[in-house]
Amino acid sequence: MRYIPHTEEEITSMMEAVGVDSLDELFSDIPESCHRKNELALPEALTEWELDDHIRQLAGSMPASSEYKSFIGAGSYSHFIPAVIPYLLGRSEFSTAYTPYQPEISQGTLHAIYEYQTLVSRLLGMEIANASMYDGATALAEALLMAIRITKKDDVAISMAVHPDYRRVIEAYFRPTGYTIHYLPYGKDGRTMYDTIPEKTEPACVAVQSPNFFGCMEEVAGIAGILNEQKTLLIVSFTEPLAYGLYKTPGELGADIACGEGQSLGIPRSYGGPGLGLFSSKEKYMRYMPGRIVGQTTDRRSNRGFVLTLSTREQHIRREKATSNICSNQSLCALTACMYMATAGQTGMRELARLNYDKSEYLKEELGNAGFRIPFSSPSFNEFVVEFPEGFEDLHRHLLKKKIFAGLPLEPYYPELKNHCLMCATETNKKEDMDRLVREVK
Amino acid sequence: MKEINELILEDGFLYSTQHEWVNSEAESVRIGITDYAQDQLGEIVFVELPEVGATFAKEDEFGTVESVKAVSELYMPIDGEVAAVNTALEDAPELVNQQPYKDGWIIDVRPSDPSQLKTLLSKDAYLDLLKGTEK
Repeated sequence: MRYIPHTEEEITSMMEAVGVDSLDELFSDIPESCHRKNELALPEALTEWELDDHIRQLAGSMPASSEYKSFIGAGSYSHFIPAVIPYLLGRSEFSTAYTPYQPEISQGTLHAIYEYQTLVSRLLGMEIANASMYDGATALAEALLMAIRITKKDDVAISMAVHPDYRRVIEAYFRPTGYTIHYLPYGKDGRTMYDTIPEKTEPACVAVQSPNFFGCMEEVAGIAGILNEQKTLLIVSFTEPLAYGLYKTPGELGADIACGEGQSLGIPRSYGGPGLGLFSSKEKYMRYMPGRIVGQTTDRRSNRGFVLTLSTREQHIRREKATSNICSNQSLCALTACMYMATAGQTGMRELARLNYDKSEYLKEELGNAGFRIPFSSPSFNEFVVEFPEGFEDLHRHLLKKKIFAGLPLEPYYPELKNHCLMCATETNKKEDMDRLVREVK
Repeated sequence: MKEINELILEDGFLYSTQHEWVNSEAESVRIGITDYAQDQLGEIVFVELPEVGATFAKEDEFGTVESVKAVSELYMPIDGEVAAVNTALEDAPELVNQQPYKDGWIIDVRPSDPSQLKTLLSKDAYLDLLKGTEK
């Protein structure tokens, strides 16, 4: 599919075909009162090189540019993207705006999604995965609704250590439903306190994020056993799936549904989006899943082929009783993640995860040696919380002028965590930059 | 798809306008979907069953039947408590197609108001309903 605007000649010939003399006549159904009278306030058109320069300047003015040494993660992570990925993605078969799902014309796309689902299932240690959701936050909101459908209960318990933005998205999803959300506080070690689950309510699910927003690996395995007896599902969410290259997968920990953000898997941070919602569950819950699912089949000549499957869950068949209003997937980003996982391979994912862990542990240790408190003692992956002395805000601003982005101050999200900062170190942070950060904050 | 005169309708059973049948021989009544309903749905691939012990009012949705082409809700013909569910359907949902009145039954219900059975259709009344549907 190519995107070339219509020429004057094409417009004229189309108007002739439908029998109108002008574009105004074509749009005559739109009432006069809805017409825009004045011109749009748009700047003059730029040449390609002027535009290029303008965009570069804009990018350079933000701490996201490569001139800055950034130690911020908090749901979006800096990872190396192998050159093969942008090259393959640039192929016009893939980079279409719409994902064609018709099996007659889309075997390539459907096959790619099928492989993606397989790799996501393996990464998360789960039995099945769907064709993807829009991002981690909407994936988690949909997971909660899925648990409500399965258990036929109407309240959920969510950890306060789930990404604050995810919790806002969940609240937006829940506002019109009448379902209740119980929030589970975090304890002194930065992990969710399960004993605060309201005893008599037996919620539809308990949702935690691991690694959680503070970077701490949650104690998941223990709670899984308790919950199953109560018929409360366990949802494990994540913003950093690379952690499962090193730590136990949600599936191994007993999750019923595992979902989260897949940006780490080869997708650029791009000022916060687009993201990729990974979504997986136990097979027995497949009919309650939101989103598209691609399955493998054979055609009448017994050739292997791929089709959308279990479509009876979806809007075009079930209407208002569909499992979700999503009737699409995040195809190009899913394809990116598929390529990334296939490029790295199982060994590569493990090595990469190790590298992230080691870098982050180094920074944590150096900051600790420099006299700063690491308030949460739980094991972490590539993020952790540091407590700085009073006046950290000024220091943070000062460092920004020196082109060092010293993590995310947590007070706006957790007022009780004054002078606490969420730090991240991935494989892309060099030792000398980490050493410089420690020197500058001392 | 079957013609009306090809449909099998059991004598002595009661029928609902939503195409469920009710067999009230025993203490609890047995409920399933009619030959017409299974024929319209086509190849059934999944039956979602309620929990034993759940109570429903007449016309409440108590489960779903999924075929390769569509999903249909199952509606209670009467008020009652679910006494048993046909767990064989979990692995063999096609029983609903093959034997809708026998091994393809869906739930047993303890009616909370047996007099409601009188509101259901006889075989002939149900057949008239189907003929009306066809017109």
